[in-house]
Amino acid sequence: MSDIVRIGNGQGFWGDDIDAPVRLAAGGRIDFLTLDYLAEVTMSILAKQRARDADAGYARDFVDVVTQLADVWREQPNLVVIANAGGLNPQGCAYACIERLRSAGLTGMRVGVVTGDDLMPSMDRFIADGHNFSNLETFELIDFVRDRLVTANAYIGAEPIVEAISQGANLIITGRVADPSMTVAPAAARFGWSADDHQRLAGATVAGHLIECGTQVTGGIFTHWDEIPDPANIGYPIVEVDDDGNCVVTKPDGTGGCVTSETVKEQLVYELGDPAAYLSPDVTVDFTTLTAEEVGHDRVAVRGATGRPPPDTYKVSATYHDGYRATGTLTLVAPRASELGIRCGEIVQERVRRAGYHLEEFSVECIETFTLMSPPVKSEDDAGEVTLRMTAKDPRRAAIERFTKEIVPLVTTGPQGITGYAAGRPKVQEVFAYWPTLIERRLIQPDVRVVEVGS
Amino acid sequence: MSASSSEHTIRLGEIAHARSGDKGDSANIGVLAYTDAGYTWLQQQVTAERVKAYFDHLGPSKVDRYELPNLGALNFVLHDVLDGGGSRSSRVDAQGKTLGRIILDMRIPAPDEVESMRRKSDA
Repeated sequence: MSDIVRIGNGQGFWGDDIDAPVRLAAGGRIDFLTLDYLAEVTMSILAKQRARDADAGYARDFVDVVTQLADVWREQPNLVVIANAGGLNPQGCAYACIERLRSAGLTGMRVGVVTGDDLMPSMDRFIADGHNFSNLETFELIDFVRDRLVTANAYIGAEPIVEAISQGANLIITGRVADPSMTVAPAAARFGWSADDHQRLAGATVAGHLIECGTQVTGGIFTHWDEIPDPANIGYPIVEVDDDGNCVVTKPDGTGGCVTSETVKEQLVYELGDPAAYLSPDVTVDFTTLTAEEVGHDRVAVRGATGRPPPDTYKVSATYHDGYRATGTLTLVAPRASELGIRCGEIVQERVRRAGYHLEEFSVECIETFTLMSPPVKSEDDAGEVTLRMTAKDPRRAAIERFTKEIVPLVTTGPQGITGYAAGRPKVQEVFAYWPTLIERRLIQPDVRVVEVGS
Repeated sequence: MSASSSEHTIRLGEIAHARSGDKGDSANIGVLAYTDAGYTWLQQQVTAERVKAYFDHLGPSKVDRYELPNLGALNFVLHDVLDGGGSRSSRVDAQGKTLGRIILDMRIPAPDEVESMRRKSDA
């Protein structure tokens, strides 16, 4: 049997099971633990935190995870943890983690920091040089949102992480990197692949794609989810990657969920565009040549992905301020409940208008529910039950604040059978919209620093 | 589709499973046949046009269909169906999470040999 590297994912997104990283590291017999904290717009939330506190701007929960991992590192000193928890401030995140590691007595341990993904410091220069950062979906030029831009980060690839691994780092903190690159890097480092080993990089990219959303490959959101064993104890995924870049997907013994050809195939097609051209900064992957085959209980082999050189651009995920929003809900039991629900929405909109605000966007969704009624509707004269979900969006905070005050009065002015106001007025939220674009690779220089935890 | 065949339809979910996700304002739905014969039937019946019509209420500007015969799968990309997508969308399902479940209720003409196309443990 060829040499393999075992890579686990213990966090599919910021907000995932907080105990999963430690459980997987302690019980998964893994060489590398990857943790993903950055969804498309997470960076804008971090930007808000950094605006209030210059030392913030990273996933603070991760620092607690590092504290929990200290015991695991004492048992498994070779375990390498790779996390994009650095967000907008990988250096600040690293300082905080180093403090915790020092307190835990793990002196001498090496921490790697990958930076260079953040475009904002150079944005004015890029634009002055003629880069228009047009939106990949709408083709609009960045001028349209330039003064409202909050973040702009390139999805960088595996290479700087490989560098940090080769310098002996056991904890590697990054900002924005392509999610699969966190899996590609350990395999490339272990087997000594070069940047033009496209075939192998393609296989490892598929392995990364399969585990980057945590339990989605071990039975989470599976079409036959009702069949999976012990969902409360669902296992987080592990890929065993070999020197050819092929992998076996599995999970720790004694955990719930399942890994079958069906769960793996569902995750293969998750968030997929053109399957013959899956773009990553490391390689362009063709998914139409691979196979997924059960090779044991909770073991599925994925082989045969093909690769070609990556594009000469990096994908950039930018976010911009896009006004304010609030969402409020009420529940209504009545005959023709949806019709009355929509009328309630119209009343709210009208009252906000009379207060002087013509809302830029307003929507009502009537979500059919059967919580209060048993048994549910038998004929159209019988009452039905809907949850009324009203959302308003506007550039003016005051307009949205007014909207939040016009919902609850419906409890006394609205139709018979209206309820569900216990949460009171909804909160006004800032909206950050997503601006996907590209930048030439030569303009981005990822940087790696590895430091030792001092005593 | 002929009048006679429209009388004999099956739920797509009888011969396939599915998963959906988002990319900005677009959503993708991967539809995976349980059997090789089922894949051939999907290929013939589940066209981009039919999927676009089925999700008309979400207002797709365009639907692309890609084939993955190696996985017995079709991948549909539905453009501009998420009301701006991600953090911007006002919808309860801002990320198209439910579309994979919804497409399984789509009616398609019944093949003669539907029994052999079902999931093995269901057959």
